[in-house]
Amino acid sequence: MSIKLEHLNYVYSQGTAYEKHALKDICLEIPHGEFVGLIGHTGSGKSTLIQHLNGLVKATSGALYYEGRNIYEEGYPMRELRNQVGLVFQYPEHQLFEVDVMTDVCFGPKNQGLSPEECKARALEALKLVGLKEKYYKASPFELSGGQKRRVAIAGVLAMRPKVLVLDEPTAGLDPKGRDDILDQIAYLHKQSDLTVILVSHSMEDIARYADRIIVMNKGQVQYNGKPVEVFAHYKELEKIGLAAPQVTYIMHDLKEQGLDVKTNITTIEEAAEEIMHALEKRK
Amino acid sequence: MIRDITIGQYYPAKSILHRLDPRVKLVSTLLYLVSLFLFKSIPGYIVATLFLAVVIRLSKVPFSYIVKGLKPVIMLLMITVIFNLFLTRDGEVLFHAWIFTITEGGLQTAVYMAVRLIYLIIGSSLMTFTTTPNELTDGIEKLLHPLNKIHVPVHEVAMIMSIALRFIPILLEETDKIMKAQIARGADLENGNIIQRAKNMIPILVPLFVSAFRRANDLAMAMEARCYRGGDGRTKMKPLHYEKRDRIAYVVVIVYVIAVFVIGRYVPLHVWVF
Amino acid sequence: MCGIYQNGIAHFFYLKDRQSISLSGFLEETIAAKMGIALAKKEMITYNRKRVNVKAGWRRLFMGMVQTERLVYEYEKRDEEGNVIGMSRAIDGVDIDVKEGQFIAILGHNGSGKSTLAKHMNAILVPTEGTMWVDGKDTKDPENLWEVRQSAGMVFQNPDNQIIGTVVEEDVGFGPENLGVPTDEIWSRVEESLKAVGMIEYRHHSPNKLSGGQKQRVAIAGVVAMEPKCIVLDEPTAMLDPVGRKEVLKTVQKLREKKHVTVILITHYMEEVVDADQVYVMDHGHVVMKGSPREVFAQVDKLKEYRLDVPQVTVLSDLLRKKGLEIPAGILKKEELVDAICRLN
Repeated sequence: MSIKLEHLNYVYSQGTAYEKHALKDICLEIPHGEFVGLIGHTGSGKSTLIQHLNGLVKATSGALYYEGRNIYEEGYPMRELRNQVGLVFQYPEHQLFEVDVMTDVCFGPKNQGLSPEECKARALEALKLVGLKEKYYKASPFELSGGQKRRVAIAGVLAMRPKVLVLDEPTAGLDPKGRDDILDQIAYLHKQSDLTVILVSHSMEDIARYADRIIVMNKGQVQYNGKPVEVFAHYKELEKIGLAAPQVTYIMHDLKEQGLDVKTNITTIEEAAEEIMHALEKRK
Repeated sequence: MIRDITIGQYYPAKSILHRLDPRVKLVSTLLYLVSLFLFKSIPGYIVATLFLAVVIRLSKVPFSYIVKGLKPVIMLLMITVIFNLFLTRDGEVLFHAWIFTITEGGLQTAVYMAVRLIYLIIGSSLMTFTTTPNELTDGIEKLLHPLNKIHVPVHEVAMIMSIALRFIPILLEETDKIMKAQIARGADLENGNIIQRAKNMIPILVPLFVSAFRRANDLAMAMEARCYRGGDGRTKMKPLHYEKRDRIAYVVVIVYVIAVFVIGRYVPLHVWVF
Repeated sequence: MCGIYQNGIAHFFYLKDRQSISLSGFLEETIAAKMGIALAKKEMITYNRKRVNVKAGWRRLFMGMVQTERLVYEYEKRDEEGNVIGMSRAIDGVDIDVKEGQFIAILGHNGSGKSTLAKHMNAILVPTEGTMWVDGKDTKDPENLWEVRQSAGMVFQNPDNQIIGTVVEEDVGFGPENLGVPTDEIWSRVEESLKAVGMIEYRHHSPNKLSGGQKQRVAIAGVVAMEPKCIVLDEPTAMLDPVGRKEVLKTVQKLREKKHVTVILITHYMEEVVDADQVYVMDHGHVVMKGSPREVFAQVDKLKEYRLDVPQVTVLSDLLRKKGLEIPAGILKKEELVDAICRLN
């Protein structure tokens, strides 16, 4: 038990003409070490939700417990929470500002009050974790390619050694190779260092491949919360809220409809291929 | 939040004020601002207030929205009020402690100044609330057109202004995002002395500038791709023509200025109070 | 007699090359071409009180909408102090040929040169070597600059950074204003373009309040209002969510059907190009694959090598084929795969 949200509500610009109920009665629990996928189309509240997790936005009502303690109680050490819950924003490369990659990655640890040596050690470790080549450590972050910049930005958060890593669409705007590289790296981090990962994404295919659990947001509420196969079973409802199951899920449903005896709770290509071969053999 | 700043943001509505020629609004705003300094008596303030109230009403912009626009300038207002309050030594002493002295005259000046500033801001933001930046630019361009003869690049200046206005909300939103991102990395933007705080702004300013330059570059390319080549040979989608309502508006504003001048200077208070 | 004969030939080529004809343009050019023979060496003649470029007229009769010949683009590589340390080739000998009315897709990963190529079509960049013609006009010639930009409208990646106006309709009017179109016509063009992209009900809105997909549609309307013959879309969906992506693609599709405009779509999402007439795949500044979507999609391994995003259905079909099932290569849509599997029995 790591993060727990109880009846969380958030209302934008309360009391004005632009008032918007962005989060409605959110109850969630994210246990330690899980890889959670958070989906929802633009404006569903998912970005607002993750900004609550490290206290950047304060809920209008409700409670958020981190390791059993309500972060809204008087005197809660917010800085400590931000050290523990690392948040990587969308297009994080836009936050780079230092003269070179190394110094930029040191920014987080420096703010934590660590010694310069310790900062550097942490930065080195983080840069290695995101797989950036050593020749770039002294380069200006602005000279790097889009994918490399993004790695640096993620390293900047990892260098703070968070226990929970929240990523808001870390693959937006990257090409397929860049995307796969980053996601594989995150999955590797998750296995390697016992990190809780919360991945916000539009891509069902990506989420299906990596997440243990999927949370679907719609209009500020949690619509589904479960294992990928469970959530994607609702593929028709998902479509109504501007989302979709992975393409293979549709193929399996269509095949079943055509009379081929296949399981439909399939979300990845490899599973699908195996299941189809299996079903065809059974038939013979 | 930073994006709540509404000062200067166009407010879409269908009002007579929205339909007026931007030149009328520009000139009138200027006249109104000048008029605020033409009087120094309560009747003058009453006239100026009434005029403003009527214009706000006509604009169909909700009053709460206008008030929200004042928020970012509250600090500036406070400073002016405090300076006037303590530095004007005039008339009976109302309060005295250590080096602080408040006089009747000081209090009066402070209140007058605050009211004037608030009216000034509301007056000018009413113009931007009811005029799209493009119209505003067209208005300025046309008003200043004669300056072209002495080689002032009027069109270019107007275009720069309009682009600046378009990108203000985008850059504000971006600032908000960058601030959050740096806070998430442990940046401390609230504590420390002034120098420390200024230093703490670097992680926000550098990315903001980088992004502004990137956007400027993109935008320049997009404009060229759409055949933008300066003001020559350009036609207007919304060319400016004075209509009847514009002429009426001019008359109304001139009548107001004369009224405020006469009433503010020559009509004593007791005539109004009975 | 001779005149009629030539006219016939020109007619023949004209019809062969084009799917849509603008009659007045056709007549002008044909006559220009005819006079071109008569006036053998003259380049510009006056016809119908207009200056007509005879060479361009001839070229257009035989040439596509966008055509390149051994196109090369080099840029200077600089070290930290800004000194030139060498040249880098973003485009290296590219030949493409796009016919009027076609839907062409250019695929490639980030840095493959596809966006650099797109910028040539609008004369934002000019080739270092080789030539690019847009609508028969050489983009290198500064005299052609504005005509080229009007012929080939361009939509960019970032929806925020290409909208100039603060009200939707004013932004759409920006292009026609620059072209010197009379006021009344600007209004009718704006209205028509906003209708064409389905954004007419937002005409008085501020672009800042729109979704990413809606902003891109406004940007497309801004280009359509300039009445280009060809629209170049440079990764228009890269920054959008799936809903926005669908919106934009549907809009492009609709434009093609209604306005018969030539479309060049640059992207790295392969599922966006299944309806294209021709697909080019770029890598390291070269065109490495070329053909119909089916021909290109059949080579899954090669596509993956070029770091492209192959749709799940295509990958699955390929995987099943490798496992020994008799499934045709180059499957693009899920219905095709389902059909193919069902037919196996």
